[in-house]
Amino acid sequence: MPNATFRIWRGDSEGGEFKDYRTEYSEGMVVLDVVHKIQAEQANDLAVRWNCKAGKCGSCSAEVNGQPQLMCMTRMNTLPVERPVTVEPMQAFPVERDLVTDVSVNYEIKKRIKPFTPRPPDREDGTWTMHQSDVERSQEFRKCIECFLCQDVCHVDRDHHYHLDGKFIGPRFFVHAAYLDMHPADEADRLEELKDRDGIGYCNITKCCTVVCPEHITITDNAIIPLKERVADRYYDPLTRVLRVIGVGR
Amino acid sequence: MAAYETHEYDVLVIGAGGAGLRAAIEASATGVRVGLVCKSLLGKAHTVMAEGGMAAALANVDERDGWQVHFADTMRGGQYLNQWRMAEIHAKEAPARVNELEAWGALFDRTQDGRILQRNFGGHAYPRLAHVGDRTGLEMIRTLQDHGIHQGMTVHMEITVTTLLKDGERVAGAFGYDRERGRFRVFKAPAVIVATGGLGKAYKITSNSWECTGDGISLAYHAGAQLKDMEFVQFHPTGMVWPPSVSGILVTEGVRGEGGVLTNSEGRRFMFDNIPELYKELVADDAEEGWRYVVGDREARRPPELLTRDHVARMILAEVKAGRGSPHGGAFLDISWIKDRVPGGAEHIKRKLPSMYHQFKQLADLDITEEPMEVGPTTHYAMGGVKVESDSQMTNVPGLYAVGECATGLHGANRLGGNSLSDLVVFGKRAGEHAAEHAREVGPAVVREDDVEAAAAEALLPFDREDAREGPFQLQQALQQLMQDNVGIIRDEADLDRGLEALAELGRRAGAVKVHGNREWNSGWHTALDLVPLLTVSEAIALAAKERQESRGAHTRDDYQGKDPEWGKVNLVVEKAADGSMQVRREPIEPVPERLAKIIEEQG
Ligand code: SF4
Ligand code: SF4
Ligand code: FES
Repeated sequence: MPNATFRIWRGDSEGGEFKDYRTEYSEGMVVLDVVHKIQAEQANDLAVRWNCKAGKCGSCSAEVNGQPQLMCMTRMNTLPVERPVTVEPMQAFPVERDLVTDVSVNYEIKKRIKPFTPRPPDREDGTWTMHQSDVERSQEFRKCIECFLCQDVCHVDRDHHYHLDGKFIGPRFFVHAAYLDMHPADEADRLEELKDRDGIGYCNITKCCTVVCPEHITITDNAIIPLKERVADRYYDPLTRVLRVIGVGR
Repeated sequence: MAAYETHEYDVLVIGAGGAGLRAAIEASATGVRVGLVCKSLLGKAHTVMAEGGMAAALANVDERDGWQVHFADTMRGGQYLNQWRMAEIHAKEAPARVNELEAWGALFDRTQDGRILQRNFGGHAYPRLAHVGDRTGLEMIRTLQDHGIHQGMTVHMEITVTTLLKDGERVAGAFGYDRERGRFRVFKAPAVIVATGGLGKAYKITSNSWECTGDGISLAYHAGAQLKDMEFVQFHPTGMVWPPSVSGILVTEGVRGEGGVLTNSEGRRFMFDNIPELYKELVADDAEEGWRYVVGDREARRPPELLTRDHVARMILAEVKAGRGSPHGGAFLDISWIKDRVPGGAEHIKRKLPSMYHQFKQLADLDITEEPMEVGPTTHYAMGGVKVESDSQMTNVPGLYAVGECATGLHGANRLGGNSLSDLVVFGKRAGEHAAEHAREVGPAVVREDDVEAAAAEALLPFDREDAREGPFQLQQALQQLMQDNVGIIRDEADLDRGLEALAELGRRAGAVKVHGNREWNSGWHTALDLVPLLTVSEAIALAAKERQESRGAHTRDDYQGKDPEWGKVNLVVEKAADGSMQVRREPIEPVPERLAKIIEEQG
């Protein structure tokens, strides 16, 4: 079996440091497997959050060699093992311990967004007539597994912590707002909140969120830009709107 | 007790998968105070893994469907060990529960005329599963989560409950610890609903996540509740077998629903070789008829790949045993062949099975639109669990309810795919409603300080012990290996005896396990504490499996092949005797009333 060195961040909210663990790994293993192996054999008290080990629950988010990703979907054969593999917690959230971060702010943000508010049902059984072509756009956003990797990578969160200050809901929640906004039966209006409270203006369309999304949701093009356009249509004059869409001026 | 953070509710729900969330929503709607405790973060529970869909006789795709057909299919699938009343309630109420999810924002795939689309699944006579591609569970949990957070319930995340507290005979609350700091929590409530899901982690190869250690079943058992049907553990026929690190991860039955076929190393479609008596009339004569069924020809009968899971799992094992398996010890599952049959070819497959496409691409470097997958059985679901009253989901302990996978009764000896998601919401709603009513009627229960102190002392034992040779992870692995080897898919008395002996021995070793470090996010400690429920449910499975001397549904005995009509009249009940030992006894099955017996007969 081949060997690798894992350089894992150990510590808590007070601080910490990287520690090296040398271990064997086998074909097909993912980073989470190796972390578990180290946990079982060398560091029983190593904190790591995970559930499904199949890329479906969004629990095992971390930064591997500096890249925000799901540990359970990062195969060893995609990493250079000549040098240590660094594994550290997401940087945009307060650390709880080792690889585990406090992501509770995301639950608070979700609660703030106006919930699904449907028009009266179309049918007697309480359902709506919606065609596949009508639901497809929102269905893309529903693939979200709430891994919060997009929140982690976005510079507005990462460098400015506007999500923690309540000024910016972040890409995950633009995706959520877009799902609601494009839901064929939803009637609520969330544009004013998006503009003022939720800080959609802070996004300057760098597309980093789209790049890291493990569900391949086209966050920027399909969720954020259409929402920005709707906000601009209502609140700004046409020229500003053009400039905003291409990311110049605020 | 003042030392521990204490919360008081009318209804405490333990577990926040589909069942727990639905129960909490319903209880909240009645205006009582509801606490929801989950072992992980909200929205991460094992329900997210459900892929294929949610069974409900909406009759959107085939108007011949109705609750009667769904009821009869469920009973047949369960080999008539089901609680008939649960099967009846489930079949009747599932459509309303699906529609309700739509009203809360779920976006199911649609029919041509804009209604909820339904797909074929093993054991269901008509296309019956409402679905969203192959991520139906995610849609369900997100819908319930996003609806639930606005209903007034209090959510406690990443808390593991280790003990239920009682007030005399009745339940009084629960005791647990938070993962972040390892601090203890006390929850007081006159009504407690356990909705903790499955026990797959008792086995080495499983589709279940780390959480599924049988917590609710064990909590209820130690609080005096009866368990039932524990011998019936569903091994899903199609889990990944390669690479080794991902073995067990589920390959949805939806692959077969969309036309995927099983072949052996000789390229033979072996599922045609052996059709069980109960299903003889229901299966296609040849591949052509099977394909016509898949594409919706109403005259055609189902392909044999869509037989019940227990049968398909055994057929795959038999091929492997006969030396005709795939290179890594499974069978081949091929969906790529349908490319030539459907418009859009590869794109059609990717659209219908997006998660499967990505799962294989990322974890096994395999393109399912080009190559067959390798699949083999994986521990998937516990049909058995806490015995409940059909209408209310109450256990024999007053105020204690169980719902979802940790409860039992709906599925009998074998669960049909798609019936679990509907189970969660149909009975989740009922449990929530009845628990709230119960809480209002009986008023607050008293938690005794001694009980809390005892629970705290027990939880801390692993820190206090002398250094042991084995750590908690080694013991967990030993347990999983022994269950896999001795209490697995094909069982016999000698193996089961060995298994029971080994479990007893393991129990002693677990009693000496030592953990190091401090209490914050200490996985070693958590794993040590999870050994308690794992050992409890493992013993219950092995005991019941030894007792049932026949093969039926998911329970296969090499030394007692075939069904025995006498065994068809009883369920096995497991309970704690006065001396603390685990006992198993037979309990006659309540006969199906005339009106339902007629339906079963009519449905053939
Ligand atoms: S596109 Fe917007 S939301 Fe996404 S990472 Fe860039 S700034 Fe953040
Ligand atoms: S949008 Fe993508 S990256 Fe962001 S939380 Fe959802 S799945 Fe994760
Ligand atoms: S553990 Fe579920 S996404 Fe990685």
